[in-house]
Amino acid sequence: MSPRIVYIAFNTFREAVRDRVLYNLIAFALLLSGAAIFVGQISIDIERLVVVNLGLTAVSLFGIVIAIFIGIGLVSKEIDKRTLYTVLSRPVRRWEFIVGKFLGLAGTLVVNTFFMAIGVFGALLYVAHKFSKPDALILVALYFIVLEFLIICSLALLFSSFSSPLLSAVFAFSLFVIGSFADDLRGFATLTHGITRWVATAAAYLVPNFSALNVISAAAHQQPMGSHLILQNTLYALFYTVMALSGAVLIFERRNLK
Amino acid sequence: MTAPQRTTAIAAACLAVSMSACVLLLRNIDRIRPRATIEDALYISSPKMVKRASLGFDGLMACIYWTRTVQYFGHRHFDNARTYNELAPLLEITTTLDPHLVPAYEFGASFLAPKPPGGAGEPERAIRLMKYGIEHNPDNWHLYYDLGFVYYMELKDYPSAAAVFESGSKVPDAHPFMKIMAAQMAAHAGDFSTARMLWSATYESSKESIIRQNALEHLRALKVDEDVTNLEAAVADFAAREGNPPVSMSELVMAEHLPGFPVDPDGNPYQLTLDGQIQVWNPDDFPFITKGTPPGYNPPPPKFHTQN
Repeated sequence: MSPRIVYIAFNTFREAVRDRVLYNLIAFALLLSGAAIFVGQISIDIERLVVVNLGLTAVSLFGIVIAIFIGIGLVSKEIDKRTLYTVLSRPVRRWEFIVGKFLGLAGTLVVNTFFMAIGVFGALLYVAHKFSKPDALILVALYFIVLEFLIICSLALLFSSFSSPLLSAVFAFSLFVIGSFADDLRGFATLTHGITRWVATAAAYLVPNFSALNVISAAAHQQPMGSHLILQNTLYALFYTVMALSGAVLIFERRNLK
Repeated sequence: MTAPQRTTAIAAACLAVSMSACVLLLRNIDRIRPRATIEDALYISSPKMVKRASLGFDGLMACIYWTRTVQYFGHRHFDNARTYNELAPLLEITTTLDPHLVPAYEFGASFLAPKPPGGAGEPERAIRLMKYGIEHNPDNWHLYYDLGFVYYMELKDYPSAAAVFESGSKVPDAHPFMKIMAAQMAAHAGDFSTARMLWSATYESSKESIIRQNALEHLRALKVDEDVTNLEAAVADFAAREGNPPVSMSELVMAEHLPGFPVDPDGNPYQLTLDGQIQVWNPDDFPFITKGTPPGYNPPPPKFHTQN
């Protein structure tokens, strides 16, 4: 990998840390420890389920919010502050800038998820007093959440490469919502006929399928997940990310920055 | 004091005063606002709509709805309510959101099935809930047991109970008592011994303290029901022989050669009324008894005994 990409990625990570993004870990820790302690008193027989469900949902939502709100500003902020011109006046290609920004944001989210995962397992140990073998499924769910982040980051960057931060946030969040209904969209497509069916099917395949990456409930109920699913989801997320990043690069390469 | 320090002090004082005022006002508002409007409101009653609105985080939503169900039932139960209008919809939403949330079926059936004030008095909906649970968790024998239990205890539908226990006994790793239950249902469905066996099995097989306490309370009530039935039979024998009921318990004990002075599970003597009825010393101690209560007696919400 080009050292220039690594440098941009590292600086993006450093900037996110300097922007106090990792402070969300405090809110996460409070949320999870509160749930672990209090749920047993207000509900019946779901302490473990709540810790896993709440923990993984919070990891996912916190990460998505961070991915969207940082991702949308990655390009536009550099343009507004005019720092982009300084960067591009050096021997840095535009695509390297986009890829570096993506890797920096993804790295931030991976670090964030790592600390949150420690919190989830800590809370689990608190309520269950021990770990069991099926708890490893939580790692699979966390891995899928990270794959979700890669897709969201790439989409946020894609929108950021041609739109304003506000519109980029709207687009990215809308795609997250629509992607959560991807299975339903495909179901609707099968109910239609003719050209509508083609359009609906194309739309269903174009939006990111976040429902396939959401295995939180399965992990909470310790339902086994096959290695095929892990492999296919990994490939899907990587291809989708490359697709969105390629789009971002194509747009950014042609963008008039004067 | 410098100007910035003065500003800080004033702002801090305003913050503290405002916060205290907000807390006090909210406490007052809570007192004057009718509680039922909050508890009875189910803003989205469609389980499918709630599932869609959860954006794929339906596991967490199910936990939230289950907690809400427990709180709803707890509040209504504590208030000695006779109606639980939102209980079944809440359970339906919970189990649609997460069809594998087994506690919602197990506890939900025991909330729905018993007659008020012990439960919602909706055994048919409890059965529907349990059947939905079995459909999505066919390898969980506990759900068959709970369904059979509702058929037996609430509907007195012994053939259905026997069939469900029989089906449950075929589930891999089912407890051996499922087969015994099926046989017992067929042979001695309405006996005290069968009911005692069911509650004992519930007590032994559950790790949940609430379920165990409930089972223990029902076992105590069964003992009272059986004692009262036997004592009333003895009174009837005495009356048939002597032409009038016994005037005291001592007379009954002596005439019918009872093995000692009959006492309830708490050790208090049973009372013989002038018209020959048997009553427990304090019916409030046995919230699930069906016999031995004074005429027109209205039981309070159950209080559980923790010791064996």
